[in-house]
Amino acid sequence: MSISVEANKGELAPEEQKRLKADLHRSLRRNKIRASMLVAPLVIFIIVTFVAPIGNMLYRSVDDPLVSDFMPQTTAALEGWDEQQLPDEAIYAALAQDIIEGRKAKTIGKAAKRLNYEKSGMRSLIMGTSRKHKKIQAPYKESLVDIKKGWGDLDNWKVIKRLGASVTASYYINAFDMETSPEGEVSFVDPKEQIYLKLFWRTIWMSMLITGMTVLLGYPVSYLLASLPMKTANVLMILVLLPFWTSLLVRTSSWIAMLQAQGILNDLLVWFGIIADEARIQMIYNAIGTVVAMTHILLPFMILPLYSVMKTVPPSYLRAARSLGATPWTAFWQVYLPQTVPGISAGAILVFILSIGYYITPALVGGQSGQFIGNLIAYHMQGSLNWGLAAALGVMLLVLVLGIYGVYNRVVGTNSVKLG
Amino acid sequence: MANPASSEAYVRFDGVQKSYDGVNLVVKDLNVDIPRGEFLTMLGPSGSGKTTSLMMLAGFETATHGDIFLNGRSINNVAPHKRGIGMVFQNYALFPHMTVAENLAFPLQVRKMSRADVEEKVQRALDMVELGEFGNRRPAQLSGGQQQRVAVARALVFEPDLVLMDEPLGALDKNLREQMQYEIKHIHERLGVTVVYVTHDQSEALTMSNRVAVFEDGRIQQLAPPVELYEKPENAFVAQFIGENNKLTGKVDALADGICEVVLDSGDRVKALDVNTDGAGMATTLSLRPERVFLNPTEGQCQNMFSGKAEEVIYLGDHIRVRMNVCGHNDFIVKVPNSSDKKGLAEGDTIPVGWSIDDCRALDA
Repeated sequence: MSISVEANKGELAPEEQKRLKADLHRSLRRNKIRASMLVAPLVIFIIVTFVAPIGNMLYRSVDDPLVSDFMPQTTAALEGWDEQQLPDEAIYAALAQDIIEGRKAKTIGKAAKRLNYEKSGMRSLIMGTSRKHKKIQAPYKESLVDIKKGWGDLDNWKVIKRLGASVTASYYINAFDMETSPEGEVSFVDPKEQIYLKLFWRTIWMSMLITGMTVLLGYPVSYLLASLPMKTANVLMILVLLPFWTSLLVRTSSWIAMLQAQGILNDLLVWFGIIADEARIQMIYNAIGTVVAMTHILLPFMILPLYSVMKTVPPSYLRAARSLGATPWTAFWQVYLPQTVPGISAGAILVFILSIGYYITPALVGGQSGQFIGNLIAYHMQGSLNWGLAAALGVMLLVLVLGIYGVYNRVVGTNSVKLG
Repeated sequence: MANPASSEAYVRFDGVQKSYDGVNLVVKDLNVDIPRGEFLTMLGPSGSGKTTSLMMLAGFETATHGDIFLNGRSINNVAPHKRGIGMVFQNYALFPHMTVAENLAFPLQVRKMSRADVEEKVQRALDMVELGEFGNRRPAQLSGGQQQRVAVARALVFEPDLVLMDEPLGALDKNLREQMQYEIKHIHERLGVTVVYVTHDQSEALTMSNRVAVFEDGRIQQLAPPVELYEKPENAFVAQFIGENNKLTGKVDALADGICEVVLDSGDRVKALDVNTDGAGMATTLSLRPERVFLNPTEGQCQNMFSGKAEEVIYLGDHIRVRMNVCGHNDFIVKVPNSSDKKGLAEGDTIPVGWSIDDCRALDA
């Protein structure tokens, strides 16, 4: 098919352009299909293993079906209640039905447990009523209040109504160290009883400390690697990468052997008489242990991007600076360092994001004071089985990381990040 | 104003040696005196030690042996930043994270000059290289030639007495390179700074320099003004390296009054100037410039007369290049000016060729 070209301009007439675009599209389609086939396995893998679980977690952090599922009639009846005074007879009847049916199906306990997270005493109120189910009779209001005085308490009803909604903010309220008063007002708990916010802060500043340490330790090493001849640099690079080939558990455990009270470092200090035998320093099972071990583990993630950036900075820049009269320090500070900022950025963001979600190492060597938020999420997943709270904490961590990345992107710009 | 002929050496290399591995000498016994205001070029093939010598002068390499003097003072133990030597690097080494003006201000700021002085000098330097409007650009936004000019301006902005240039025009295309050669030459003439220039491009060296030091194998083979270097090479390497050269090998047969008679490998006898031979009976190389060979010479014009066969005739516009077989060498080149009175020369013609004694130099083997 030939295309007529307008004289002088080289631009095609509109209908010709249309046809050309169609031709171009057709000729590219096959390549596009082939390209998307190549990425399809990875896309599917990511959807199944990454997008779906995160979606599920987001859902769990607000999903609260227990009360509405296992006390369906009560929650339905409470929808029209004005919360000003005790509910009327119809609602009490619905509650009686739910308790009797829930007892038979052995599901009332779950609803009771969930209500108890919110207000202690709710569990014994419901389970106590359930045990005396034979005494329940019409008129239900009188009968129930007779069995358990709690049913005459307006606050308890408010809690049931609030949890009757299947979507809840209560996990987030919990995760922000806040509580809901029976009146439905949300406020921070006593600062002394704060758990999660404190842990978030600790996770952030310790991650920053670890990032800072890896920059301080990694920068000179990277510089050495980048300036040595290839042959020597390769040998040293293997030493840098060696930790990657060793199990994380092995590396963490060896730090225990190094740092514990009867460990190598303390033994040496005592042996040299620097500290007394009874004054051995506690360097593990606390924040120090976490920082030391994690700095070591994450160091390669700092060195590799730094090295690859430094490799691209020609030595002639430093020489030029010196020839122009700069002292070695000025030459480094004003000429070399600014050109390695992309490497520092890449390494820092990598190390920081990795460490903020770290879990195993703090769990093994962190003791009480070296725990990260990840450890508490794990505890709620495996220990307390409060998955909703774990999910809420996880979402907060995710938002935090995205937020930090966003700020970083505004300030430094991802264009300046260079990984290789 | 600086005077290239000034007898006192501003820069002096005194018996300088350099070895990187303790086994091989990269620079062997370097002795040069550079007077103030001179434009001296170190010319040589790669690996000849010219860049190493420059780096020793700049202070980035230390001499293994010998002394380097600057203005009468040994600078072996002076750090590079205290030498006050401007330098232009091969790839310019303009700091990519600074603007052009910041690049130029850098040497002034590290010297703690006042802001007003810095601004004034930077602007003057930019104007000098005709880039007055480009102060706010980044080096990456400039063309190769503009970057080159900025690099020169930066090396000069703090008014050093000595400027080193390490193949500064290597990355430019041919036309721009020639233009920059003149610009650098004119800047040198205007400012009177001493320039030590390293290159492997002989036309660059011949164009710009007061004197050229030809390096080979870690030694200076010849140090002379461009004219002398071309007209009077002192050894076979220089003759071959500078310009085009016909090389004839043979043995010295007789010597008299600075003129020697040489028996070529083909058995032909040639009279030549005795420049650098080891005496009668020793091997020698004759050097003869292609444009000094005459075709169909008139009687008595040349002392050396032979007959040659034109193997290849190449028309090059301003001159005609003829490859001939002369005295057993079939790579003998003759350049014939393209003047209207020349008759056409065809391949395969056998014609007389000749050259005078003064143009034929007997050098080392």
